[in-house]
Formats: sequence, structure tokens, C-alpha cells
Amino acid sequence: MPTKPKIGFYWCASCGGCEESVVDLAEDVLMVTAAVDIIFWPCAMDFKKADIEAMPDKSIVATLLNGAIRSSEQEEMAHLLRRKSQVLIAFGSCAHTGGIPGLANQFTCEQIMKYVYEECPTMVNDQKTHPQTHFKDGNRETELPVIRNVVRALDQVVDVDYYIPGCPPTPKLLKEAVLALLSGKLPPKGSVLAPNIAVCQQCKRNDSKPQDISLTEFKRPHQIIADPDICLLAQGLPCLGPATRGGCDAVCIQGNMPCTGCFGPVDNVHDHGAKILSYLASTAAGKEEKDITKTLAGIPDPVGTFYRYGLAKCLLRGKVSQS
Amino acid sequence: MSEPTNTFEPRIVAFFCNWCTYTAADLAGVSRMKYAPNIRVVRLMCSGRLDPQFVMAAFAKGADGVLIGGCHPGDCHYVEGNYKALRRVTLLKRMLADLGIEEDRFRLEWISASEGDKVKHVVNEMVEKIRALGPLDMPGKHTHWDKEMEELEAHVNHSQKEIPAHAH
Amino acid sequence: MSNRIGVYVCHCGTNIASMVDCKAVAEYAATLPGVALSRDYKYMCSDPGQTLIQQDIKEHKLDRIIVSACSPLLHEHTFRNATRQGGINEFFFQMVNIREHDAWVHTDRAKATEKAKDLIRAAVHRVPFHKPLEKKTVPIKPDVLIVGGGIAGIHAALTLANAGKKVYLVERDATIGGHMAKFDKTFPTLDCAACILTPKMSTVKTHPNITMWTYSDVTKVEGFVGNYKVTVRRNPRYIIEELCVGCSECVEACVFKEPKFPDEFNLGLGKRKPVFLPFPQATPLVAVIDPETCIQLKTGKCKKTCVEACGDRKAIDFSQKAEEKEIEVGTIILSTGFKIFDAKRIPYYGYGTYSNVFTALDIERLVNASGPTGGELVLRNGQKPKSVAIVHCVGSRDENTNKYCSRVCCMYSLKLAHLVKERTGAEVYNFYIDMRTPGKGFEEFYSKVSGEGVHMIRGKVADVFLENPADKSGRMIVQAEDTLLNIMRKVPVDMVVLGVGLEAQADANDVRRQFNISCSTEGWFLERHPKLAPVNTFTDGIFLAGCCQGPKDIPDTVAQAGAAAAEALALIDAGSVELEPNTAFVVEQECSGCKTCIPMCPYTAISRNEDKKIAVINEALCKGCGTCVAACPSGAIKQNLFEDDEIFEEINGVLAHV
Ligand code: SF4
Ligand code: SF4
Ligand code: FES
Repeated sequence: MPTKPKIGFYWCASCGGCEESVVDLAEDVLMVTAAVDIIFWPCAMDFKKADIEAMPDKSIVATLLNGAIRSSEQEEMAHLLRRKSQVLIAFGSCAHTGGIPGLANQFTCEQIMKYVYEECPTMVNDQKTHPQTHFKDGNRETELPVIRNVVRALDQVVDVDYYIPGCPPTPKLLKEAVLALLSGKLPPKGSVLAPNIAVCQQCKRNDSKPQDISLTEFKRPHQIIADPDICLLAQGLPCLGPATRGGCDAVCIQGNMPCTGCFGPVDNVHDHGAKILSYLASTAAGKEEKDITKTLAGIPDPVGTFYRYGLAKCLLRGKVSQS
Repeated sequence: MSEPTNTFEPRIVAFFCNWCTYTAADLAGVSRMKYAPNIRVVRLMCSGRLDPQFVMAAFAKGADGVLIGGCHPGDCHYVEGNYKALRRVTLLKRMLADLGIEEDRFRLEWISASEGDKVKHVVNEMVEKIRALGPLDMPGKHTHWDKEMEELEAHVNHSQKEIPAHAH
Repeated sequence: MSNRIGVYVCHCGTNIASMVDCKAVAEYAATLPGVALSRDYKYMCSDPGQTLIQQDIKEHKLDRIIVSACSPLLHEHTFRNATRQGGINEFFFQMVNIREHDAWVHTDRAKATEKAKDLIRAAVHRVPFHKPLEKKTVPIKPDVLIVGGGIAGIHAALTLANAGKKVYLVERDATIGGHMAKFDKTFPTLDCAACILTPKMSTVKTHPNITMWTYSDVTKVEGFVGNYKVTVRRNPRYIIEELCVGCSECVEACVFKEPKFPDEFNLGLGKRKPVFLPFPQATPLVAVIDPETCIQLKTGKCKKTCVEACGDRKAIDFSQKAEEKEIEVGTIILSTGFKIFDAKRIPYYGYGTYSNVFTALDIERLVNASGPTGGELVLRNGQKPKSVAIVHCVGSRDENTNKYCSRVCCMYSLKLAHLVKERTGAEVYNFYIDMRTPGKGFEEFYSKVSGEGVHMIRGKVADVFLENPADKSGRMIVQAEDTLLNIMRKVPVDMVVLGVGLEAQADANDVRRQFNISCSTEGWFLERHPKLAPVNTFTDGIFLAGCCQGPKDIPDTVAQAGAAAAEALALIDAGSVELEPNTAFVVEQECSGCKTCIPMCPYTAISRNEDKKIAVINEALCKGCGTCVAACPSGAIKQNLFEDDEIFEEINGVLAHV
């Protein structure tokens, strides 16, 4: 019996939703398991790092790694899996562009630790105990991973072959990617395995979008109940569909929520947030600075809005005061 | 040449529209006005061409400051490109502040074709303010940030001997 | 594929080389990736310089050319040609400005040299991304619009019309002629202004190639060189121009027996009726009814004796409405003139307070035979002045008003001195700061007038005050420090004439916005280059003539008008013009149809293709601002010559220092 190609899944700094979408393949998952050998999937199967280390280099056909890289352990696993895999796929927003964890790049590690272990309202920690990387209790001695100063997308740590975008990626994209992998019909290295065209193209509301929006007010999703048929941007919601790679079938918009940009930018764009800023600001009305400022005040947190999934890949990579 | 602070020469990338501000900078030249040599002008046809990505790229690649120059409101050669620039710059200023870039590092000025002296003043002033702020040096910061990864990379890739694919 | 870039560093004689170490820069450039050849050369724009590029392209198989020299606004075109003649696409060229933006504005040679290296490196990074492009050719419509019917507009119109071109001459006053029509004599030849101007005015009127629209404004200008679409509003004069014969019978017959309202042509020194002819040689010689003062137009209740008098000619039409005319022209000449400095802004000269203080233009009307006094130069009380002070430089060469010299005031003040002396025999005192007589025959004229016994006092007038403070129309004392004798002079005079300077028209700013050109801070329309393109503007196909560009005298105005006409002719006769290919285009398969770009375009060049549900740019309408490109959230719109990649690389390059 010819050996089936070996596939690995790994999970770094992420919520786990990406692996959920593997499960969401539903019966298609059988098709996948029939075609491949899943040799590594810590979330579902017991397999140890040492087993991977023992494997010959490049013996895994493809590893789908989800999650951003925040700790030394994740970093180490990324290097290891890179070494062992022929194809390394950044799977999901966090691995692709840093994802939600990337937003932590607005703060230093110290700020985060201090907040979480001291200042956060639900924290009682009179001793101000902080986690230590070195732990000793009697004979037991353990090294815990180090938290890195910045959150990184996978390709900021190791060489990445492909990207499957999304928070989480849709099962459909995953299936297409696996099929492409199996059939050897992969696009050029470095490609994002989703259409290179923005969400608006797939959005059913696109026809309802007026040609000139000229917004005088931006709204936030909790402030209005959006008309389910009309373009959300036209209703004042900063929908990021125009600047975000499609392939999601505009699911959020179908759920009456604006696109928040999880698929990242299309190929031509170098800095997702800056491009979002550019078209949203262009959509704002006003010629006087004060009117413009007033309109744009409807976007209270530009970094959080424009780089929700991509701060790690912002050209500045995060807040500049970062040590 | 003794104090290290004195040797810091800010590097400012400027995006000037062809019709007003670029011409004003030409006029400053023709009039032999003297200003600080720290500015490098990238010519755009209109300030409306200013993609905020350019500003991000300039900072990321090592600019200590970015200056945008366009025609005065109402004077844009293409009617209203400068209003579109103003909208983008307004939001970009706020975002850059949130990203920790000091206000004085990013500036928008309307400079008409006849205002050679304004080019001079704006550049000189900006250079002085940035000199006081010190270098931004994003490339240096990024390298520094990534130093923390060197050790592990070496560890993974060198501690383990090459295990050739035919070993099993 | 790696490029073979040629870099040329121009010394511009010593202009660049004295502040930038051109040799070191060229040597540095040679080390940059892709640079196959790098040279420094004394004058790149010279013939040998250009030939050098052409030869190098052939011999060294260069495929990209960078010249670092002066501003691209000056010589980009020259070097693009050289590049093309060398056998490669002209848009494989990039210009680096190390003169205006570097050598000329810096004082530290080492830093200026560094800057030159940075700028060249930016270009070296940029050029590999350059694409071969074609200039697009558009036909030039042969008709010309001239805005402003003073001597500049008149001369340009006649030149073009005589060359067989169709001209629209638009003038906002009721008559053409402008300021010159108000002058009595012209310096230094003392020929009568009317005698030389009015024949030209009537030729304009009768010329088959000239459509003259007076009492009209340009309200809208669209399009671009060769293809301007202009809307002109013909304001109602309540007289049908074609039917009026200029007989003045309506004026005679008006219910106002006596002229009662200040007459604009005579600067309010005379009076007119609600219906009037601006002046005897007005062109067109057609009456005008002023709606502000005409009883019929104000109340609808008048006996309309004018209509009766007009009789069968039926030229009077109280129901006339403004009429919009749309015309298509290929080129436009602006000759919108100037306004005189408002002497009230210098209160201590007493204009508007003391009745016998006049501006020079007032005096032109007063000495003119067709003026309000029939050519008698008299005081307000009707008597001839016995002594007259003429103050030069009023509102000019002064930090508090205008810093510039108005160029004509010295000469016209001398002319007026001569005329005053001739007409009244009064003692004339000319107070001047410097006597500026640089034109042909000017100095001779100055000697002549000096010889006529006019007192020349070198000193800026500090004050004009009344001899008897209670009598505002009485004698005045003109006080100045005589800087030749070093004494304070107090000269009693009956009349003071203020040599007011020239200023840009009050609405110069609106006009220039309408025509999309630039102004200097003083409001003068900005020429493309002060020496090499003095009648061109930054907007192709729009030219300048006369004082709208800056103060000048009649000969210079006429010369400039001729030049503007020649520039227009050159374009028209070429038949077509090449446009920069810096237009934007949509990459179809990358456009999501998000519609962001559509409202960005000021020229409505972008529309939606409803079948494909994507944006399309009409190249003919795109002027290449790039606003939509920056806004496109997919980076699916690209601008030729300014593609994202080109600009990103320029940024990378300029910052990629060692
Ligand atoms: S902006 Fe959002 S809601 Fe509107 S068409 Fe685009 S994706 Fe759909
Ligand atoms: S580049 Fe400017 S002129 Fe051309 S289509 Fe875009 S917005 Fe319109
Ligand atoms: S051309 Fe100067 S801002 Fe548009």
C-alpha cells in the first residue's frame, strides 16, 4: 500500500477557531482523512514534540499552522515544523497576518503583564505575583516558555509557502487548499489561497451601494440595526469589504455585520490598515478640517479597526515605543 | 562632532504635488533660498495621489519625518485632490499618534507655487523639531525587536543534526 | 531580468558642481545594482550632452536612463527626447532634481552631495519598474478664447484673427478698450491713446473672424488643452446689440433730463443717465441700461421715453435676460488686466478726504478732450490749478502696501507733469523715490520734461495736509524729505496727483481658479517660467497677456499679447498636442466593483460597467491626478508613471542608505 501523504496541524497563539473549521469540514473531513495521514495534531491526537524531532527533514508533506507566534515555544515549533515540512501553510488570520493577538503589539510585554496580573479589575493579586519562566517546587523544576516582546505572523519567523486566510478560514477554502495540495496544482509559492479580489465582488448588497456615499457620520455596529439589504457602508458602518480579500462569500455581511477584514488585503496592497484608512477617509465628506475631523471621529480606534487582524503585518509592526 | 546628538541628521521624505508645492520648491531653488538639506522630495501629480501606505512605507524604511505638500484649498490643479488628501491625512495623523509616532514627525502643508519661502520655513522648522525628537529609526527598531529570535532559530536548526529523508 | 541603467550627473556649469561633488556622485551611482554606466558631465542639456545619452544607449545597450540635473519641470522633456532618439521608450527615463532641490538651496557641500546620492538611488530603484508608454495625441480645436478686451486682448485677437483663426473676445465691461481707452496721451511718445487704440477697437468689431462679447463673463471652463468647453454669460444690457445703432437718441430722451449718476468710465468724475453710452468711441457703440438706476427696471413704472425715441429700431428690450453661450476652443488667452491701487489705503495722502487730491487715472480723464471737463484740467471749483504736486510710487515699493515697483508710474507721472504744465502752466512738483526710466526713449523723455521746468524732488512724500484745516478743498502742503538736499520740504499746492501703482484685479483669484492656473502672492497670474515661458501657464493651452501677469507698459503689453497669440497659433497650427500618458486605468480582474473610486474623480472619468460590475476609466477624460488610485482599496487602479511600485521603490531607494 503506497503511503499516504503526511499532514500536520499545529496551533500557536490563537483561539482554536481555525481547527474548528477543520472539524467544520463535516463529512468532507472523511475525504481528507482518507487521502492523507494526519501525523501531528496536538489538539486531537497525542503526538509529542520528540516524535517530530525524530522525523526526517521534509517528511511531512504539509503542515497547516494556525496562530500567531508569541512565545519561544511557538517559535521553536515553527522552526521545527518548517524544517520537517515540504510545505508550510499559515492557516488562518493569526498565522497569516498576526490576527487578533497581533493587537497586543500596541503594548509592551510589561504593560500587558502589569495589567493582567495587577491592574485588571477582576484580578486580586496582593503579592503582585507575575508568571516566571523558571519554576522550582521541591524537586520539580520547570522551564516555561518566554513571552516575546512582539507578536509575529508566521512568515516573520520562518519561511511560509502558502497562506489560508480567515478568522477562521472557511471550510470551503480549506478543502480547496487540500485538494490543490493533493493534486499538486498549487499556485506560485507565497500565494494566498483565496481569490485575489475584494469582498464587495461577492457581496449581494453591492448593487444597492450608491456610487457616491460621502458619509458625514460613521456608525458602529451596536448603534444601529442595519437594513439587511442595503450596503452597510452606505448605512454608515465602516465595512472593510472593499479593502479585504474575498473568498468568504461575504458571510459576515450576510449575517448583517460589516466586514472586519479577517482575510487580509489583496495582493497589491502593502499595508492593509493604511489602505483601509485611505478608502474610508476618501468616503468621508467635508472640506473643512473640523467637519472632516467630526466625521472621522466616528472611527474612534483606527488602529483597532484597520489592523484588527493585521497589526503584526502593518509596515510599522506595532506601536513604535515598543522596546 | 563630539556629542552624538549633534550628529543626528533627520531624514524627511516629502511628497509634493507637481503643480504647487514641487514648483514652490523649484522656486526656492531659483531664488537661492537656503534650507536644511534633510528633505528628499518624491513628486506626485497631486496630493490626492497620496496613498497613506506611502507614509507608512517611508516611516518603516527609515524616515524620521514625512512631509506632505499640496496646493491650498480651492487651488488644486485637479479641483479637489487636496481635500481628499486632507481627509486621509486627518485620519492618518490620529492613527500614527496611536501607533506612537510623534505628531511633529508627520505634517501636511499647503504651499502654493509662489511660496518658495514657505518651503524653506516649513522644512527648517520640521528638521529642528525632529532633531529635538531624535531618530525614529524603524528599521533599527525592527532589527532590534527580532534579535530575541536569533538564539532559538540557531538552536532548532543546529542542535539537531540533519536527518536525511532516506533515513527511515 | 536585470536592467542596464545609465546615470548622468550634470554639473550645470558650476550651478550644481559648486555645491555637489558630481564626480563622487557619479562614482557612487556606478556601484548601485543595475547601473551599467554612470557619468558626470558639464552640461547634460547641451547638444553633446544629449548625444552622449543617445550614443551610450546604443553602445552600452542601456535600457533605462537617469539624468540628475535641474527640475523635471524644465528639462524632463529634453531628456525624454534624447532617450527616445537613442532608440528606447522615452518613459524609461527618470529625472532627478539636484539643482533647484539640492545644490541651489543648501550650503553644506558634503550634505548636498549625500542628498544627491540619495535622490539618484531613489531613481535607480524606481526605473526598473518603468513601463514603455505612448503619449496620446489629441487634436487642437482651432478657435481661441480671449478673456479681457483691453489693449492686450485686442492685440492678441487681431493677430490671431488676421492669421485666419476664429476668436471669441469676452469683455466684462460694456465696451472693449480697457484702461488704455481712458488714457489721454501715452508715454514717452505722447501720441494720443485714442488715436492709436480706437482704430484697433473698430477693427475688432468688424473683423469677420472675431466674435466680440462685451458685458459678458466666463462662468465655466472645462476640458484641457486643445479641447476647452467654456460657458460665457452675456449679461443683459437691455438693448438689443444687433438693433442699436449707437445714435444716443434714447439717452437724450431719457426721463432724466440731466445726467445724474456717477459715470464709471470717467471714474465718477462725470455723470451719466440710466441709459448711456460708455464713451464716444465705445466698441460696440451700443447703449446700456443700468438696472440699478433705470426707473422702468427698478419699478416697472416709467414713461419709457427712451423706447419712443428708439422708435422703429426697437432696440430697447426691458425683458432681456442673461444668456449663456457654450463655446469650444482649443486655446485660451487671459488678458484680464489690472486695477489701480486704492489710494484711500494711504489716508495721509488725503484721497477721498481733500477734494483736490486725484489719482493719476482721474487726471487722465480730466485732461482728455472727451472727459468730463472736455479736457480742462481744473480743480473741483472749476479753476485752473496754479501749482500741482505729483507723487510717485503711491502704493508701490512700500512694505505697508505693495513691495513691488509698478513699472509705469514714473513714466506716466512725467507724462502727466508735461500735460499739466502744457494745459495749465502751473508749477509742477514731481516727488519721486528713484526715477526709473529703463525703457526705450524713457530717459530722454525724463530730460525733456525736466527741461520744461518741472520741479523734480527726490523724496518720498510723508504727508499731505491742509493749509487751512477747515477748508478741505483749499490749498494743501506736501511734505517730504528732499534726500538730495537733505532738507525737509513743505510745498504748498492747489492739486495733488497720486501716482498710484498697479494691482491684480480684485477677482484675480477666482479667475485663476476658474482657469486652473496659479497666482503669485500679489495676485499676478504666474507664468510657467519667468524667462523661458513668460506667456505660458502651468496649464497647457492657457496663455497670459498684459498686466494680469504683472505691471507693464503698453509696448510690453502689446509685445506680450503678440507672443501669446503666437503661442496659441503654434499649437493650433500643429493641429494636435501630445498629452502626458500619466492617466489611470483599472485592472479589470482585480476590481471588486466597490465603487469607491467613482466619486473621487473630479472629471467624472470613472463609471461603472454594469455588465461586468467593475469600474472603468475613460482615458480621454482622465487628467492623471491619481486620487482614485490612492483611494482604490484593492490597488486595482494604476496610474501610468506613478504606479504604486514605482513610488514604493522610490521611497525604498531614497532611504536605503548605507
Ligand atoms: S462595502 Fe461591505 S456591504 Fe457594501 S458592498 Fe462592499 S462588502 Fe458589501
Ligand atoms: S487619476 Fe484622477 S483624473 Fe484620472 S480617473 Fe483617477 S481621479 Fe479621475
Ligand atoms: S495638484 Fe496640488 S494638491 Fe492637487
